[in-house]
Amino acid sequence: MTAASQPASQGGPVGAAHTRVGAPILRITALRKSYGAHEVLRGIDLDVARGEVLAIIGKSGSGKSTLLRCINGLEVFQHGSLIVDGKHLLHDNARAMRELRQGVGMIFQNFNLFPHLSVGRNVMLAPHLVKKRPGSQNEARARQLLARVGLAEKFDAMPDKLSGGQQQRVAIARALAMDPAIMLCDEITSALDPELVGEVLRVVESLAEEGMTLLMVTHEMSFARKVADRVIFMHQGLVHEIGPPAEIFGAPKTPELRQFLSSLHD
Amino acid sequence: MPEFTLWDILRNLLLAARWTVALSLIAFVGGTVVGLLLLLLRLSGRRALASLVGAYVQLFQGTPLLMQLFLLYFGLAMVGVNTSAWLAACVALTLYASAYLTEIWRGCVAAIPRGQWEASASLALSFGQQFRHIILPQALRIAVAPTVGFLVQVVKGTALASVIGFVELTKAGGMIANVTYEPMLTYACVAALYFALCFPISLYARVLERKLA
Repeated sequence: MTAASQPASQGGPVGAAHTRVGAPILRITALRKSYGAHEVLRGIDLDVARGEVLAIIGKSGSGKSTLLRCINGLEVFQHGSLIVDGKHLLHDNARAMRELRQGVGMIFQNFNLFPHLSVGRNVMLAPHLVKKRPGSQNEARARQLLARVGLAEKFDAMPDKLSGGQQQRVAIARALAMDPAIMLCDEITSALDPELVGEVLRVVESLAEEGMTLLMVTHEMSFARKVADRVIFMHQGLVHEIGPPAEIFGAPKTPELRQFLSSLHD
Repeated sequence: MPEFTLWDILRNLLLAARWTVALSLIAFVGGTVVGLLLLLLRLSGRRALASLVGAYVQLFQGTPLLMQLFLLYFGLAMVGVNTSAWLAACVALTLYASAYLTEIWRGCVAAIPRGQWEASASLALSFGQQFRHIILPQALRIAVAPTVGFLVQVVKGTALASVIGFVELTKAGGMIANVTYEPMLTYACVAALYFALCFPISLYARVLERKLA
């Protein structure tokens, strides 16, 4: 396996994980989370192997986005444990949280680019501040990542001059610049016009091909079927069904999943 | 009895206006520093600190500036701190400005979408880095106009320092009116000078608002 040792600056495989390929890079154990009296996650157990691509599907309110946001600590959970690339998630330890977050990239539904910074500076900011990556190296890496998502010529553009699809691709480059071991995608095409969805999904697909560990909450079922190694169907705060896409989409075991899948065709 | 010309009145008022400007600047700069610290305490995520700052803001917004001046001037003397009118006015106006400014800025920070905090947190930025590089530059754009607008309130607020005997524009006006027996003329000049100070600031605030919108 050469994927683990290739230097990031060569533009080779994205990410820099410590976990061996195929070994669990994310371990979630008995995770419970509630807002007040309402329990949104009711005991999640999940192991994700390095290099695995996971699609999380389910109705809105089933807890899928909340689960994703627990993985990098944007949501605080009350019970259970979560380990990413060998690091325990500790909410009340700011330093440990920053350590963990360096290994976890996140892409949001609404892009969340920094509107006051140019595209290039959006990508370079975190490596500069957090990783102290030297200026010239940082810029070269940013340019290379932008080229990778097809936006080499937009280095100096401001985010509001870009289309939604372009903004989302910048967001992907920005997350990749931190060399994350695992990437979280939270409905990243839901805010896009239909004709812009493809360009973003193609980038995600290329990440999957290069061995990036991906967890994506998505409504793009055909994409999930094509790219995911496993699909998780969440229902009422629990992992209701889990399996390879062919099984989940082709032979759903539970009535809830069957109902969910048929509702998509209405 | 000596005759006073309009120039005599105006000249003395202008000399006193220097203190109004000085007091305004000190209150504004001091208020900015203290207000910024309070803002950071409020945003730090510790609930006890945040509600303490909230109480501070309510205290200063809910009582007249005049009472704050009295309490500071006489109160400090009572507990044995040797205070001057100048010092008491500076401290009172600084605290008053900080309470208002921190509240103005809290609103500006709240106007920045949550996604900006979340995206920068996801990139492993520390709270200080998030504030300095992501939130502050964006909040500043919306804060400039109301902040400059508040400076006008500070300038007019300095007039109250006259009641604890600090000789600024208003106090000087009163003294001049007493010796010239020309209260109408004198106070008209005083008002005109306040207007000359405040109007350009208001105008500038409006220009900034249009430019940064």
